[in-house]
Amino acid sequence: MLKINKLHKSYPIGDSSLHVLKGIDLSVDSGEMVAIMGSSGSGKSTLLNIIGMLDEADEGEYILDNVPIKNLTEKKAAIYRNKFLGFIFQSFNLINYKNALDNVALPLYYQGLKRKERIEKGLFHLEKVGLKAWAEHLPNELSGGQKQRVAIARALAADPKLLLADEPTGALDTKTSYEIMAFLQQLNDEGKTILIVTHEEDIADMCKRIVRLVDGVIMEDKFVEQVRASQYV
Amino acid sequence: MKFLFERDTWQEVYDSLSKNVLRTALTMVGVWWGILLLIGLLGSAKGIENSFNRLFGSFATNSVFVWGQSTSKPFKGFQEGKQVVLTLSDAKKVEENVDGIEFVVPRNQNQGVVTRNFLSGNFGVNGDYPLLDRVQKKKMIHGRFINQSDIDDNKKVVVISEEIYKQLFEKDAEMIGEYIQINSINFKVIGMFENGNVNMGPSSDIHIPFTTFQQIYNQGNDIGWVMITGKPDADITQIEADAKLMLKNLHRIHPEDDRAFGSFNLGKEFAKITGFLTGMQFLTWFVGIATLIAGVFAIGNILLITVKERTKEIGVRRALGATPFEIKRQIIVEAVFITLTAGLLGIISGGWILILIDTFLGQGDEAIFVNASVPIAVVFIALLILVVLGTLIGLIPAFKATSVKPIDALREE
Repeated sequence: MLKINKLHKSYPIGDSSLHVLKGIDLSVDSGEMVAIMGSSGSGKSTLLNIIGMLDEADEGEYILDNVPIKNLTEKKAAIYRNKFLGFIFQSFNLINYKNALDNVALPLYYQGLKRKERIEKGLFHLEKVGLKAWAEHLPNELSGGQKQRVAIARALAADPKLLLADEPTGALDTKTSYEIMAFLQQLNDEGKTILIVTHEEDIADMCKRIVRLVDGVIMEDKFVEQVRASQYV
Repeated sequence: MKFLFERDTWQEVYDSLSKNVLRTALTMVGVWWGILLLIGLLGSAKGIENSFNRLFGSFATNSVFVWGQSTSKPFKGFQEGKQVVLTLSDAKKVEENVDGIEFVVPRNQNQGVVTRNFLSGNFGVNGDYPLLDRVQKKKMIHGRFINQSDIDDNKKVVVISEEIYKQLFEKDAEMIGEYIQINSINFKVIGMFENGNVNMGPSSDIHIPFTTFQQIYNQGNDIGWVMITGKPDADITQIEADAKLMLKNLHRIHPEDDRAFGSFNLGKEFAKITGFLTGMQFLTWFVGIATLIAGVFAIGNILLITVKERTKEIGVRRALGATPFEIKRQIIVEAVFITLTAGLLGIISGGWILILIDTFLGQGDEAIFVNASVPIAVVFIALLILVVLGTLIGLIPAFKATSVKPIDALREE
C-alpha cells in the first residue's frame, strides 16, 4: 500500500538547516491502522505532510499504491491527493460558508462529478457519519464532534485509498475523542487504511500499530492489541 | 469554457462575494464611476456635436466668402484706392481654374422697399442662382426655390422666408401665387422657407432670380460677393489663397495687396469648432478609460486582500484536490464578474443620465444637446475592455493565491 525508503527532509533556518527526518523506513499494508507518535518537533507532522503530498522529501523513495511519488507538479499532486488521500485535520478545516453537505461534496466537485451525483454521494457519507439530518447546517451550527464527523465524511467522499488524520482528536474532549476514534476503528474494520498522527497514548492504543518518532528517526515500530473505543462510549 | 455555465462556478462566486457585501459594493464603485463618466461624457459630446450639425446642417461649411474692396497698393499704373468689383466672369474663371472647388455661387444683394397691400418694409433683396439651394439648403415650407427657367426668362418671382411672410401677410393667408411689390415692381411669390438657425453673411430673407436682380438694379455683370465651396476633403484655406491670387491677377492688383479683397473663411472657423469637439471626445475617452483602469485596479486590490484572507480555505481546497488552475480560474471569474457587473450598472446609470440630459436640455430648437447618445458599438467595446481588464487584474490575486504552498496555507490561522 505504502512504502517509504530512507526518507530525508530538512528545512532551511537562516544560514543553517534543520534536519527533521533522518532516514525514515516505513511500510504500511492495506487495512492497517497506524498511529505515528512523537513529541513536538519529532518530525511526525512532516512525515504525514510528505505522505499527504503536501510537502516533498529531499531524499528517499515514496511509493503509494505502486505509484512512485516524486517530482510532482502542483497539478499532479492535486490530482493524486484527490484520488488517493483523505485528510482529517485537527481544526477540522471545514469551509465556514458552506453547509455540511457542500463541504462533504467539495472533493467530488474537484473530481468533476455532476451536481446530482455529488449530492447523492455527499448525503450517503453524511448518513454514514450519522449527520444526514444536519446536511443543510453551516459548520458554526455544529458541535466539535459533529464538525469532525463532517470532516471525516468529506475525507471519505472521494473514496480514498488512505485516510490521513493529523491529531484528529486534538481539539476535542475525551468523550468526543473516543466517539471519533470508535468511528475511525469502524472504518478500519471495513477495510480502510488509516494513518493517525497523535501524541496521546490512549488514542495511539486504539490503533493496531504504533510508530514512535524521536528526533527524525523511528525509535519503535510495534503492533499492539487494539483497544476498542466503543467500550468507553 | 464549460465551467462558465455551471451552477457551481457561480455558487462559488456568489458565496465568496456575498460574504462581504459592503466591501464588494465599494470595490465596484470605481469601475461603475469610470463607465458612467465615459458614457455620460461621450453622450454629451455627441449631443453637442449633433446640435452643432443641426445648426449648420443646411450649410456647406467648407466654404469661403470673397468680396471686392479697394486696393491698398499701387500696381501697374493704377493708384491705390481703386475700387474692386467682382464680375460673373471672375466667378466663372475661379470655378474653372482653382483646384478642389465644388461650387462657386455668385450672389448679389441690395436694399429694397417691399410692399404688399398696405404693409411695407425695407429689406435686403438677394439675387440668386438655384445653386444657392445646394450650399445653403432652404427648408421649404411651401412652394419651391428659384429654378433655372426663372433665371433664363428673368421671371419676376420671389421666394420669401417665414419671417417676411409673418410681416407682410395676415395670419394663415395663402401666399403662393400672391404678389408682393419690390421697388414697386410686382413679384409673384413661389415659395416660403423656414428661417435657419444661423445666418452667414447678410440677411437672407428675400430671394429673386439673379438675372431679374441684374435688370431691376441695373447691375450688369457685377456681383456683390461669391461663395466658394470646396469639395468635402479639399483644403479650403488653400482654395481661398488660390482664388484670391487669381482674382488679383484678373483685376491687375498687387499680389501682396491684402486689402483688395475681403473674405470670410467659414471652413476655417468651422474646423476650429469641430477640432474642439474632437478634442473633447479624446479627453472623454482619456478620462473615462483612466478612471476605468483605476477602478479595475481597486478591484484587483480588494481581491488580493480577499485572497489573503482566504489563504487557509484555499489550502484546504488544494488538499482536497483543487488544482492551481481551478483555483486561479475561480478568482479570475470573480474579478471579471465584479468588473462586468459594475460596468453594466455604470452603463445603465450612464444611460439614465443621458435620458435626463435629453429630457431637460435636449428638447426644442435652442437645445444645447441634441440626441445625446452613445453608439451601441461603443458600449460593447467598453464591455469588452472591461472583460479584458478584469481578466488581467484577476491574474494578480490568482497567482498570489496559488503561490503559497498548500502546506503553508493550511498552517495559516
